[in-house]
Amino acid sequence: MDTTDQLRNDLLTAINGADTTANLDAIRVSALGKKGSITGAMKALGGMDAEVRREAGQAINALKGEVADAIEARKATLEAAELDIRLMAEKIDVSLPVRPVSEGRIHPISQVIDEMTAIFCEMGFTIAEGPDIEDDWYNFTALNIPPEHPARQEHDTFYLPGEKDGQRKVLRTHTSPVQVHTMQESEPPIRIIVPGRTYRCDYDATHSPMFHQIEGLVVDETTNMAHLKGCLIDFCRAIFEVDDLPARFRPSYFPFTEPSAEVDIGCTRDGGEFRIGHGDDWLEILGCGMVNPKVLENCGIDSTKYQGFAFGIGVERIAMLKYGIPDLRTFFESDLRWLRHYGFQALDVPGVVGGLSR
Amino acid sequence: MKITLGWLKEHLDTDATLADLTDRMTMLGLEIESVNERAMGLEGFVVGHVIEAVKHPDADKLQVCTVDTGSETLTVVCGAPNARKGLKGVFAASGSYIPGLDVTLKTAEIRGVESNGMLLSEREMGLSEEHDGIVELPADAPIGTPAVQVMGLDDPVIDIAITPNRGDCLGIRGIARDLAASQIGTLKPLASAPVAGTFDSPIKVHLDLDGDVAAACPHFVGRYIRGVKNVESPTWLKDKLLAIGLRPISALVDITNIMTIEHCRPLHVFDADKVKGDIHVRMARPGETLLALNDKEYEMDAGMTVIADDDDAEALGGVMGGIRSGVTEETLNVFVESALFDPIRTAVTGRKLNLQSDARFRFERGIDTAFLETGIEIATRMIVDICGGEVSNLVVAGAAPASRLVVPFRPARVLQLAGVDVALDEMKRILDALGFVVTGDGDTLDVAVPSWRGDIVGEACLVEEIVRVYGYDRLPVISLPRLGAVPHPALNAEQRRRADVRRTLAAVGLVEAVTQSFMQADHAALFGGGGDDLVLVNPISSELGVMRPSILPNLIAAVGRNADMGIGDCPLFEVGPQFRGDGPDGQDMVASGVRSGRSGRRNWAEPPRPVDAFDAKADALAALAVAGAPTDKLQIVTDGAPGWYHPGRSGTLNLGPKTVLAAFGEVHPGVLAKMGVKGPIAAFEVYLDNLPKAKKAKGTTKPLLRLSPLHPVKRDFAFVVAADVRADVVTRAARSADKGLISDISVFDVFAGGTLGEGLKSLAINVTLQPTDKTLTDEDIERVSNSIVAAVEKACGGTLRI
Repeated sequence: MDTTDQLRNDLLTAINGADTTANLDAIRVSALGKKGSITGAMKALGGMDAEVRREAGQAINALKGEVADAIEARKATLEAAELDIRLMAEKIDVSLPVRPVSEGRIHPISQVIDEMTAIFCEMGFTIAEGPDIEDDWYNFTALNIPPEHPARQEHDTFYLPGEKDGQRKVLRTHTSPVQVHTMQESEPPIRIIVPGRTYRCDYDATHSPMFHQIEGLVVDETTNMAHLKGCLIDFCRAIFEVDDLPARFRPSYFPFTEPSAEVDIGCTRDGGEFRIGHGDDWLEILGCGMVNPKVLENCGIDSTKYQGFAFGIGVERIAMLKYGIPDLRTFFESDLRWLRHYGFQALDVPGVVGGLSR
Repeated sequence: MKITLGWLKEHLDTDATLADLTDRMTMLGLEIESVNERAMGLEGFVVGHVIEAVKHPDADKLQVCTVDTGSETLTVVCGAPNARKGLKGVFAASGSYIPGLDVTLKTAEIRGVESNGMLLSEREMGLSEEHDGIVELPADAPIGTPAVQVMGLDDPVIDIAITPNRGDCLGIRGIARDLAASQIGTLKPLASAPVAGTFDSPIKVHLDLDGDVAAACPHFVGRYIRGVKNVESPTWLKDKLLAIGLRPISALVDITNIMTIEHCRPLHVFDADKVKGDIHVRMARPGETLLALNDKEYEMDAGMTVIADDDDAEALGGVMGGIRSGVTEETLNVFVESALFDPIRTAVTGRKLNLQSDARFRFERGIDTAFLETGIEIATRMIVDICGGEVSNLVVAGAAPASRLVVPFRPARVLQLAGVDVALDEMKRILDALGFVVTGDGDTLDVAVPSWRGDIVGEACLVEEIVRVYGYDRLPVISLPRLGAVPHPALNAEQRRRADVRRTLAAVGLVEAVTQSFMQADHAALFGGGGDDLVLVNPISSELGVMRPSILPNLIAAVGRNADMGIGDCPLFEVGPQFRGDGPDGQDMVASGVRSGRSGRRNWAEPPRPVDAFDAKADALAALAVAGAPTDKLQIVTDGAPGWYHPGRSGTLNLGPKTVLAAFGEVHPGVLAKMGVKGPIAAFEVYLDNLPKAKKAKGTTKPLLRLSPLHPVKRDFAFVVAADVRADVVTRAARSADKGLISDISVFDVFAGGTLGEGLKSLAINVTLQPTDKTLTDEDIERVSNSIVAAVEKACGGTLRI
């Protein structure tokens, strides 16, 4: 074995035996540095015969390349191993909980109003609004509920002390006064819904002194009771997400509509579990009717030319039925546990594209 | 209104089942509250006759009865104290189910004696809690017949919610008429043959009502009946009243109740011997009192109608009779009143006196104005049949309203309004069956309204009558025609903004609450409210006594309630109205929120800190940003927040000098103490109505984005300034040094004390320089840095900290 082979053996053995990048670097210097063994061997070529030098030069050059490659390869191996060791030392306990993020909620009343709005928007309704404090005329008289009428007594009205032109200030008992404002301020065709707070002087397991309604009003030259049925059946099926939900219209009485109806939807209480849909029972869900011509006239609309329908839906009632919320009073208690449980995520925006509920 | 099926069938000839009848009532607008088939499950029990009763050989309290059940004779062991020979009771055979015990009877040996069945108490039948003994049936009860028949229980009770317009259906006959019109049966003829009088009433009637008040009682029909015996009512009559929940009192009283329920014809019967002189219908004298039949004394005013004798008021017209002239068991001679009282005056009287009665309920809804004489004849017949007596001629004062309302009716309106094509003959049939009289032909008919339908005032009412009887279920269903291929937005700009604010506040971690619009007065006062015009006249309770001047107190109270439940950190918000006054513009739409306790749960990574004004400021800014407010142009006023905020830790966000868009800060500890809620609480109020009107931009195009290809450069500066210098003065001054080049400034450190000296603080800012046309040289940066330092020094005397 000549010296080149010897050198190769020694160097490769040393390289492969290096256990740290620092050791490897020392080997690199000892071989390829200024005073390194290969560098020395290359320097020694100068004193050789041309013939010998050519052959020895090729050999030493090959050795130089081979050693450099071996060093690189070993370096990669050592670095990978060292990274592994470092990463293992950096190990954390990923089972720890994440940093707390406070998640907000949307109240079921807001959510259900948004759902109803999405449905009625599809049918071409826009939102109208009005004040919570009204006077007698807007809340009752204009809506064909004269003073001392039994229907006015049944409203359990909250009164405020103010009085103007003989009209007492009241908290609106329904969202219907907004019908009056809208008809006074705009010309048919009218297609509005009115979500809002309403008030009745009644407080027990099934009544809250404040609750929410969505009023609807359509006035034009042709809308009739068949449209009323269509509109509200479409609504009931959409809001409860039951395509073939049975709905029943029965005659009823509201002073501001004529003819008047109440709408029941199908339900079942089989096995003690309440469910909306096909069944042997009916559940009252809303009141409606054709706008009484007297109301149109009271609002300055020609009842010989225009007609239409109106309806009123209890928001809490829909929320309770749809989402199985058992107690009306809990809606307003602001119990954080209740709000987080029955509330909705901020980005759970109801719409016809993604669906009303998740 | 409760009726029984049997009672209804006295007026309606029908083979329809109970279920069909109640379904039809529902579809006629007579809403069924409940149907109580009292006999259900009791049909198998029969009248049993105890033909022998001997003491049980082995038990002191038991008897061995021999019972004839009509089909066999059985031995029954019975523990009831009233079990005795000769008694007729309710017998349940072995194998029958006993509802009150929830057991099925088996033949069993009781202390050695075989017992085949049971004699039942009311409790065992599931009828009541009565269990002192077994039911005792009348001695003439036929043995072996179903006991429910003998007990008058086989007649189902139907409870109907009558809408305020249908006064006519507050009588069973009115309900029967509606049902007959729907062709589920036919209306039976009314037996109302007059009873011939044999003498003139010694009591005359005077309507002492002149001018304005003549309408208070336009018509009065009376009759004197002498020699009556006010006996206990017969069983059939008592059963009717008991079935619908009325207590039988005496025949004369019971008959007036029957007339009210069956014919919607409230009557009053006076003890004629207690009436001094004649009957006068007049207005009450102010301060006049009446001891009414409910044992309460009422003080009347001059707007109330009374029935009086020559001296005193004896009854409140249309509401209730008085005790003094009421009938008793000793009554011999009576005067029967059948009168017409004004609905509104009756309603006002009842409301003022807080006095409800079956009579008032009917008069205020309007009774049949032409039924006074017929009604009194029907009642007379019953009185004479049950109580005997001799009948006077009728005494009539005033007259029935002369003319009936005639409504012009265009049959074409049915299709126009209801969307259904009903044949003209069918329309006429329906109207006729309901008692309307249709005359004329052509496009417009004349429809005379029956005297019992005061609710019918116009053409739309007639359309409803026709469609109601024709059947709402037969109306077509047509979806509302679309207004365009793609619907327009339902929300206007303000509504959209409010919706965005609501969801943004939820997105930043606040939980939406909906709280009452009212609150207690002392809380309202802490928040600048409680004005006299916003105090409810008739609140539910003092806790809900005034309209809220701010949403915050409700949220703070909620924080307190949650804290009581062990939930210390309570991030809540509400978007809703608050009230300044009772006028149309006295209501503001506000988004308010609170955060209480600490910034979050304790955790291993980041220690939570107490909530502070900056939490509230961040929430307010988030809301304002999504609402489209120019948040970079807002002025922060440090001493402008309302008094319920901590004066040193609050502020307002203003647009221009006057428009306050939001207030934020820590809630004043004094306010929290008065509300009994533990702090700290950070709160904000965003006044949505104060935002600049959301206006629709001309187009949807956004300004063109010009991105610089050059690297931004960041430099830190720390300034020493007086402790009361506002941070935004420093940042604004720094920015003004080169508005074109400085793209952003952040404050990354604030501290006071240490080596700085008294009254000073250090404020460190990080400035981002964004070149647009050439890379910044060291000289450029040096120049801008000097400008920044100079600008800050000029603005607030700040010096660069080295």
